[in-house]
Amino acid sequence: MLTFENVGLRYGVGAETLRDVNFQIAPRSFQFLTGPSGAGKTTLMRLIIMALRPTRGLINIFGKDTAALSNEEIAETRRSIGVVFQDFRLLDHLTLYENVALPLRVLGREESSYRAEVVELLRWVGLGERAHAFPTILSGGEKQRAAIARALISQPKLLLADEPTGNVDPTLARRILRLFIELHKSGTAVIIATHDLTLMDQYDEARRLVLADGRLHIFE
Amino acid sequence: MTKRAGSCLRTAGFTSSNERTIALMRLWSSTRLTASDVGEDVEEIPAQSALVPADSVAGRSLVIVIAIMTFLAALAANVAILVADASVEWRGDIAREATVQVRPVAGRDLEADVRQAAEVMRQTPGVSEARVYAKSESEALLSPWLGQGLDLSELPTPRMIVLRLDPDNRADLDRLRMELERAVPNAVLDDHHVFIERLGDMAQAAVAIAALIFILILAAMAVAVASATRAAVATNREIVEVLHIVGAADSFIAREFQRRFMALGLRGALIGGGGAIAFFVLAQFIAERWRATGGGEQMEAMFGDFTIGWSGFIVVALLAGTVAVLTGYLSQFIVLRHLQRLG
Repeated sequence: MLTFENVGLRYGVGAETLRDVNFQIAPRSFQFLTGPSGAGKTTLMRLIIMALRPTRGLINIFGKDTAALSNEEIAETRRSIGVVFQDFRLLDHLTLYENVALPLRVLGREESSYRAEVVELLRWVGLGERAHAFPTILSGGEKQRAAIARALISQPKLLLADEPTGNVDPTLARRILRLFIELHKSGTAVIIATHDLTLMDQYDEARRLVLADGRLHIFE
Repeated sequence: MTKRAGSCLRTAGFTSSNERTIALMRLWSSTRLTASDVGEDVEEIPAQSALVPADSVAGRSLVIVIAIMTFLAALAANVAILVADASVEWRGDIAREATVQVRPVAGRDLEADVRQAAEVMRQTPGVSEARVYAKSESEALLSPWLGQGLDLSELPTPRMIVLRLDPDNRADLDRLRMELERAVPNAVLDDHHVFIERLGDMAQAAVAIAALIFILILAAMAVAVASATRAAVATNREIVEVLHIVGAADSFIAREFQRRFMALGLRGALIGGGGAIAFFVLAQFIAERWRATGGGEQMEAMFGDFTIGWSGFIVVALLAGTVAVLTGYLSQFIVLRHLQRLG
């Protein structure tokens, strides 16, 4: 599903942030991506979603070489990837409903065709009564749940979550992790970037991808 | 799935055919997240907001710039049309009218010369009418220069004969000129050719200048729209990034900007176009009151009666629509090019 071969990334003329990164993500797999702050977890995530181009190496996603993809093909590929950002990246001028519906809206679907779907998903993340609210008045936990709902609404093949429990209390963090595990069991490949060891200890079956000094170490 | 969850799904319209969605709902259910007890009526979801927020574009300034530019462009276009129409009328006059001036010469009977000249004119094929201006009428023609109430009877005032020419059976003016010179040596035939040609050249120059101004105004407006679009893209960088990440194609994002800018363009164009129409209606009203004066007559000769008519209104409406569409598509093009360069 996702392959990195000898991938390196350098910002400007400094040292490489990522060096010789090699790994594969299989369908229906679950992995934690961890490492100290500044190790390059977010950078690696951005490479996966093609928001950055590697300075060397090969990235193959869903059977396609990302270097050879046109802008339109990149957009199409991204529709199969759900992303939960550490800082949520909700659009403040849109309601929660509109934020969650965004991936379906960009597909060009009629609003009436997905309305029930989005409302139901909002209900089940406990934000049903906040559908009309704007992100600026929400708590961190609510924003986190809205961001998760947005990542899941298009039923992605691959889910990336960058510190998804960084802004929620431990109880909600456990529930969110449980959700990701169930999602993985239903067939979605999941990558969770976190430096929360407690969170990782709650799911021993997950692979550990550890970034340190720009290199990736894999613990099956 | 709990009973309540199943009920909620049914309420929301999920059916067995939508199995993937139901499976997703089951996942949420199994996390034991608390579902909202307050039912959100699906029908109450309001209309979708624009993805490019209105306040993120320098909207008011752009609307003002577009309104001013549209007003000036409409003015330039209509002035060009007025002058062009007037020019066509002047050229028509060449075919329809000429004058004979009989100058008083010592030793000759002016009245007899006028009658003789008029007779020559009337016998010429292609001259449908030869109207002799009475002495008082000829003197009245001098009043704009000499003032009114003067006794001009002692002045050697030339006499005028106005000819109405048949445009379908053109008179041979060169031959007529020779015959007139032979019959009445002190009479001069003036077909206004030189004067009208000069006016025609001037009209063509005025139309060309108006067209150039029109093009320059549109170019300036395009530059303003381009700058505003670039500023809007920079201001909405995060929105563009989020849209990209959720799978929006460049063309989709560009269309969102196009919608925003087309709405601004339409608002500005309607204000500017409406202002231009109001200006011409007012100008027509003032011109009607001013028509009796000498200056008014000259203006009317130059520009007609300032009536832009339906064609003028249609030009303004087309211009406003074109400005709105161009604003939208120009912004779409700029955003698309910017995104492709980023890609």
